[in-house]
Amino acid sequence: MAINYFYPDYEVIRNEKKCIKCKACVRQCANEVHAYDEELDCLVSDDASCVDCQRCVSLCPTRALKIVETDNTFKKNANWPQAMITDAYRQAGTGGVLLSSMGNPQPYPVYWDKMLINASQVTNPSIDPLREPMETQTFLGKKPRTIKFDSEGNIVSETYPNLKLSIPIMFSAMSYGSISKNAHESLARAATELGIYYNTGEGGLHQDFYQYGANTIVQVASGRFGVHKKYLEAGAAIEIKMGQGAKPGIGGHLPGTKVGEDVSRTRMIPRGTDAISPAPHHDIYSIEDLRQLIFSLKEATDYKKPVIVKIAAVHNVAAIASGIARSGADIIAIDGYRGGTGAAPTRIRDNVGIPIELALASVDQRLRDEGIRNDVSVVVGGSVRNAGDIVKAIALGADAVYIGTAALLALGCHLCRSCHGAKCNWGIATQRPDLVKRLNPEIGYKRLVNLLHAWDHEVKEMMGGMGINSIESLRGNRLMLRGIGLTEKELDILGISHAGE
Amino acid sequence: MKRVYVNEDWCLGCHLCEYYCSFANSGKSDMVKAFNGDKKTTPRIVIEEGDDINFAVQCRHCEEPLCAKGCIAGALTVTNGIVTIDSSRCVGCYTCVLSCPYGCIVTDHEKVVKKCDLCASKSGEPACVKGCPNAAIVFEERG
Repeated sequence: MAINYFYPDYEVIRNEKKCIKCKACVRQCANEVHAYDEELDCLVSDDASCVDCQRCVSLCPTRALKIVETDNTFKKNANWPQAMITDAYRQAGTGGVLLSSMGNPQPYPVYWDKMLINASQVTNPSIDPLREPMETQTFLGKKPRTIKFDSEGNIVSETYPNLKLSIPIMFSAMSYGSISKNAHESLARAATELGIYYNTGEGGLHQDFYQYGANTIVQVASGRFGVHKKYLEAGAAIEIKMGQGAKPGIGGHLPGTKVGEDVSRTRMIPRGTDAISPAPHHDIYSIEDLRQLIFSLKEATDYKKPVIVKIAAVHNVAAIASGIARSGADIIAIDGYRGGTGAAPTRIRDNVGIPIELALASVDQRLRDEGIRNDVSVVVGGSVRNAGDIVKAIALGADAVYIGTAALLALGCHLCRSCHGAKCNWGIATQRPDLVKRLNPEIGYKRLVNLLHAWDHEVKEMMGGMGINSIESLRGNRLMLRGIGLTEKELDILGISHAGE
Repeated sequence: MKRVYVNEDWCLGCHLCEYYCSFANSGKSDMVKAFNGDKKTTPRIVIEEGDDINFAVQCRHCEEPLCAKGCIAGALTVTNGIVTIDSSRCVGCYTCVLSCPYGCIVTDHEKVVKKCDLCASKSGEPACVKGCPNAAIVFEERG
């Protein structure tokens, strides 16, 4: 037998005194970590299969379980951390590219946490959102430069299709295939109830979800899966996916095992075949080509829907965004390097792209400098984690934010980052029917609505504290931000002063 | 009347309802004591498992219950719509066990039979409903 180079990352600790042998852990673990040993009349576990998804811990009725990180250590080496050594062992064994899921977990700086928000004292009174009107509604899309009225008071200037958001938050693109039907239903129903939008991702729109079309953004990606006229017409907006924060520069790959009957019909591909999204759109090699696709989609939908172009935050993002704004897009979505994914090569996820905070600040500034900021709305995603991040994003210049990971957390995700294994114990990133049913959309959509209501309250509280009663007055209001522990260059890019200034 | 209903679409077959039911009927303050003590408790709800489908079964609280009709001791009665058992009257003849079409009267080491009383003696929703992690078991009024 070959040498086993791997010691389990996690250990299952079972308190034998508290365990009542109900076997819920055995039944709930798709990784088959737990088992009941009849001879010993006790539960046993195979630590090596544990991904630390916490499903067993959450369901154990007597809290007899916990999962801990192993303290088995290789000889300490600051240059060669244990995880890196293990990766080398893994690749030496398989010869394969390492796969990972969800956002970049590496300890890069989080700029949200290095910015502080202002509050009014004495001169500019703060506002209590529970007593006075406070507006978080916003509109996404091209805005007219001037407004002209006729003698009757009707607007005669040309207006453009806009998306109306009751809260400046949308659910970012997650395809049916990468996440389950129940996860999609939860997102769709929550978006409808909240008056916001969810995004189909590149997997097409399941026939059952056309009813939520008014709150759906339909995506057109390089694989063009599930794209047809009815699909384009079903959504409130169309998003062209040029890139994804978790894996800029590469395409996608949904393994054939996940392409069952339903996914196959929705994506319009044969059952059991791999769904491969190419790295580039094969018809886009320039801004002019992008413009052609934007106008093809607008033509197909009678110029009634705004078109979003989504890109990953990369170097020179400001110049790229400027090109997109000029290509006829109504909304630019930028996805930071911490954005999630159902599967990405580890090295790409962990090393490619730039922080969304810096990308947002430079894009907003560039568009303002060029006088085209009002031609497009800017939506940012790629790890917006709470209401504080949202206020900071809007103050830096975003019109709204996309949340993906946070939405999945509301549905029960524990960020075990094993989506690519397709055995999600929470029924989110899987197509296995017995696992999918673990996510009841009736519960899921309410939790999403709760999360966003809570965040909306918090955003209003913080706006009130600054003496601002409309999200429009916060947008691009960088005077409301101060940096902490940042260099001159970082402050310069973010366009903010240092705390104390 | 509010009753317990099960939606098999959401039942995971985790069997936790059985454990929460047993615990609720054990009279113990702690779940560990209820199961790891000397006296074993029996659930009044049972999970039926199939290949792709699972669902929990417990007393339907029939309007004209066959169990009560057949009870030779008059121990089973309908009180406020709930089919209840008077343990002091039950003689352990198991006629009800044989006559219940749903198999919802359970037996254990004691002579008297056991059955679901919708946790009538406790406050709030029945324990199985509260304990279900996926809202597959609900307690509601249906036409």
